[in-house]
Amino acid sequence: MILARVVGSVVATRKDPRLEGKKLLILKPISPDGKDEAGYVVSVDTVSAGVRETVIAVSGSSARMAEGCKDLPVDSTIVGIVDTVHLEA
Amino acid sequence: MFLGRVVGCVWSTMKDRNLVGQRFLLVQPLSPQLKPTGKRQLCTDCIGAGAGELVYWCRGKESSFPFLPAEVPTDSTIVGIVDSVHDQQC
Repeated sequence: MILARVVGSVVATRKDPRLEGKKLLILKPISPDGKDEAGYVVSVDTVSAGVRETVIAVSGSSARMAEGCKDLPVDSTIVGIVDTVHLEA
Repeated sequence: MFLGRVVGCVWSTMKDRNLVGQRFLLVQPLSPQLKPTGKRQLCTDCIGAGAGELVYWCRGKESSFPFLPAEVPTDSTIVGIVDSVHDQQC
């Protein structure tokens, strides 16, 4: 799983019918101390996340285990909105 | 599977229904010499590991198997607490 910040959204009209009604968000992976990491990820949102929120995204086949994602053609899903990150000193 | 040390935790209230009750821990991957190597990783925990503990975790779909029959959407889970490491490289 990765920590990431929501930086935008994606709209697609022509897509697999099973993806209809699913919200797609663009994520920027971040380190536990909040610094940006390389690359971007497009993720299906199942927890109603919004722009600038820090979220937990799960990838690979486990992404299909999130609620409402069974048998969907997805490999990255947002499964949680982060309240706080606690790092040991 | 990978060796690591628990270095923190993440709190989340709004999450997938099947993640309710799960703990999210931050793990620093370690070499067999117990030196930090690579980026810190966010994991669920099925054995009750705590801060500072040496653990090993697995990745991929298999990381949801410890929670069966619940279908927990996770791709990395701490599956063991390490007692000792014997490194025989010279």
